[in-house]
Amino acid sequence: MIQKKFQLRAMLYQKIRTFFSERNVLEVETPLLCQHTVTDPHIESFIVPINGDAINRVSTNYYLQTSPEYAMKRLLAAGSGSIYQITKSFRVGESGHQHNPEFTMLEWYRVGFDHHDLMDEIDLFLQILLQTSPADKISYRNLFLKYLQFDPFQIDCESLKKLISKNNIAVDTNDIDHDTCLQILLSHLIEPTLGVEKPLFIYDFPVTQAALAKIRHDDPPVAERFELYMNGSEIANGFHELTDPVEQQMRFEKNQRDRKNNQQTVPAIDHYFINALKSGLPHCAGVAIGIDRLLMQYTKTKNIQDVVSFTFDKA
Amino acid sequence: MSKFSTNEFKGGLKVMIDHDPYSILENEYVKPGKGQAFNRVKLRNLKTGRVLERTFKSGDVLDGADVVDCDMQYLYCDGEFWHFMNPTTFEQISASATAVGDTKQWLKEQDTYIMTLWNGVPLTIEAPNTVTLKIVETDPGVRGDTATGGTKPATLETGAIVRVPLFLEEGDVIKVDTRKGEYLSRANKA
Repeated sequence: MIQKKFQLRAMLYQKIRTFFSERNVLEVETPLLCQHTVTDPHIESFIVPINGDAINRVSTNYYLQTSPEYAMKRLLAAGSGSIYQITKSFRVGESGHQHNPEFTMLEWYRVGFDHHDLMDEIDLFLQILLQTSPADKISYRNLFLKYLQFDPFQIDCESLKKLISKNNIAVDTNDIDHDTCLQILLSHLIEPTLGVEKPLFIYDFPVTQAALAKIRHDDPPVAERFELYMNGSEIANGFHELTDPVEQQMRFEKNQRDRKNNQQTVPAIDHYFINALKSGLPHCAGVAIGIDRLLMQYTKTKNIQDVVSFTFDKA
Repeated sequence: MSKFSTNEFKGGLKVMIDHDPYSILENEYVKPGKGQAFNRVKLRNLKTGRVLERTFKSGDVLDGADVVDCDMQYLYCDGEFWHFMNPTTFEQISASATAVGDTKQWLKEQDTYIMTLWNGVPLTIEAPNTVTLKIVETDPGVRGDTATGGTKPATLETGAIVRVPLFLEEGDVIKVDTRKGEYLSRANKA
């Protein structure tokens, strides 16, 4: 049993490496301990005190990386070409049936791709590695129109809150914003049915959920971001990557303001990353896939503990 | 009063919601890749037994419910209240019909039961999964009927009525599953 668990993981890694070597995507490694971390208000980083030498005794804090995104984009800006990485990532407090604070991520970047090109490649990747049927795609807007009969880009926050209570979702809606309302409706009412027969991509998110995605100025404007669902679980998140250093800096500063308002710690902005954007990030698309989640799909389990050696509470 | 944040939620934790004590049955952490994390929680109201589902933002805090389980010896019923005693402190506590509920049919004097107290007041009394009780009333068995696996009702010393095999007689002592109210086996005479 324990052998089977790791044989499957080893086999998956082998297939991943074959997939990328056939496409000339280079495997890279980036630091797990970094001086900077994400400013996203919904992600908390583990802090690691770095002891100074015995004489100076100066200690500074480093962070266990929550995603290899910034470091990999620095490589892209330095001319690496298309790259991928299988790496551990760390997020404080993310424990549950589908979460472990330490988890394995497959992240890859394709120079010259947009988010649709990358979704097509992921679809192929899943067909080859997990023998899935060809994936479906639906825009974020059409998803809500199809399942809940409203346009998420038009509806106001009050109507969303009414919908939440009308659907008997017992949650205190007093201090939640528009995006959180949409996420509550999505996770309670839509998600469980997503990607059941074949994988499903949701793409073109509200700009308020852009994260590090490029914004396309349609009417209304959309963030060129996508998520992948299989059997009701979110498996991957990707972007047509934002390359503009000025806008990136502004998004980070907004994160910092939000964190300050929430009375969270406010990490400094990663100037190595911003400088890399200034030096020129090539047009590219990138995606992060949860490897543990992928293995959970492969072995048809609902519990992450079935695919990792030791969960956080037993590590 | 202790407080519990969503990251401390787990099965069995007792918390207060809308002034009632609840026990957490299931706790599911839900986190979109980008966005607010939630805990979807199933809870049982310890007063009514009703189960409800609630969604909390991760980081939300609930008051702990001062709910404790203790072993109590059943003493007697005065017609209105059921009286119990803590065998170590000899403190006596009386429980109402609501708290005793269906368990009353299994209550035998001197035996020990689990009492759940909320702020010192009994919420529920729970019988052990199996109890050993004497049959005080049942019709005589009919010979030859055993092949069909037939059963007949029997009244036990606590007043409970269970179906027992035909060969059992008044005065026999039996083991009963209190969760299903079913006969399990014959026991040695008490």
